[in-house]
Amino acid sequence: MSKVRVLVGTRKGAFVLEADGKRKNWEVNGPFFGGWELYHLKGSPADPNRIYASQSSGWFGQQIQRSNDGGKTWEAVNNKFVYDGVPGTHQWYDGTPHPWEFKRVWHLEPSLTDPDTLYAGVEDAALFKSTDGGQSWNELAGLRGHGSGPHWSPGAGGMGLHTIILDPSDPNRIYIAISAAGTFRTDDGGVTWKPVNRGLVSEFLPDKTAEVGHCVHHVAMHPARPGVLFMQKHWDVMRSDDAGENWREVSGNLPTDFGFVIDVHAHEPETLYVVPIKSDGEHYPPDGKLRVYRSRTGGNEWEPLANGLPQADCYVNVLRDAMSVDQLDECGVYFGTTGGQVYCSSDAGDTWEPIVRDLPAVLSVEVQTLP
Amino acid sequence: MTIRGALPAHLRNLAKVSSGEVSVTLDAPITIRRVIDALEAQYPKLGGTVRDYTTGERRPFIRFFACEEDWSHESVDTPLPEKVADGREPLLIIGAIAGGM
Repeated sequence: MSKVRVLVGTRKGAFVLEADGKRKNWEVNGPFFGGWELYHLKGSPADPNRIYASQSSGWFGQQIQRSNDGGKTWEAVNNKFVYDGVPGTHQWYDGTPHPWEFKRVWHLEPSLTDPDTLYAGVEDAALFKSTDGGQSWNELAGLRGHGSGPHWSPGAGGMGLHTIILDPSDPNRIYIAISAAGTFRTDDGGVTWKPVNRGLVSEFLPDKTAEVGHCVHHVAMHPARPGVLFMQKHWDVMRSDDAGENWREVSGNLPTDFGFVIDVHAHEPETLYVVPIKSDGEHYPPDGKLRVYRSRTGGNEWEPLANGLPQADCYVNVLRDAMSVDQLDECGVYFGTTGGQVYCSSDAGDTWEPIVRDLPAVLSVEVQTLP
Repeated sequence: MTIRGALPAHLRNLAKVSSGEVSVTLDAPITIRRVIDALEAQYPKLGGTVRDYTTGERRPFIRFFACEEDWSHESVDTPLPEKVADGREPLLIIGAIAGGM
């Protein structure tokens, strides 16, 4: 029977949760790297025992950890992230120029085909690549260098490159997203990049439809339809059917279109999941009720999923990398909260159960489906 | 000369050292820069944890104490006290008490 392994990054360490395909009885391992922030962990699609983790601390900076045995043991690999050339400046919160400074790795995206190749999205926003399992890192500097970099500015949580999507049909095509610059695409393996934000409207910008400057929170893609993208923006849920060239709003009947996570069902490319959050000033669900919303129509028409989730006095947040789906026949959906709960639905969202309730604040959730 | 250094627990774990102190062997002059250089050479996993890779500066929440004095704002090329240089006292590398989450 298939198994699932859930990789959980929290404010104070990493946890590895494992269950068989029924997803009812869970083994909880951790904390690994106790006391450190684990912004993200992700396994290699080419070798599920190879897992990478981003470990950071305000005191001691960045570490990258690598496991070759499915998260049982770890070794620190290279943590040297140095911008290519003279980094220059981006815009600070007050609009003044601010030097580019490396702070941490927000997201790690292993190659679809090679366990030793992976990408790292960092704060201040840039994309790095390793082709030797994390033993060395080089910036794909064409992203920062394409011209709009000096106009990027940080979101409230920092200027992080938080989303990296590899196109399974075209190894040269990669999408990334930055808060608050927007979405970018390369079609030549990361040498040159273009902003792909047409159709996004952001009220906080002087030019609401500017080419860059949008606070994109997360982007998701179904691997069978790599030209179709779904986005949870600061406000608005968006959809593109042409590889990001044009976006249209699909928030529809959501109770609020602010939020962080968005994901796609493993087997139904038009089935989406979001977790509406009341507002950017109140990072908690509306009415104290934690509800996932599902659309089976690619957006616009949404239904609340609340069975098994707290429906009173719940004021947690669900951060941008804290939702994932498994690949089992009945798609499992997982998300973690800033209150330390990790919820699992083994029936595509109809019902939910907590796997764990009392972890540190959850920063990221990734799922591996194992044979 | 054998120079003693004390590391915060998180860095001892990272460097995989079990004792409370580490030591490095150095010739004079004994300075913070040369002690950290030697520590990073001996324990490569400490690279970037005490000093920023790009600027080479002490990370903001790291402090250097020696002989009951705060050396954090001294030049890293100033010779350390004789008691550190001859191994009677350690150079303390401290993670500052600094709130946080």
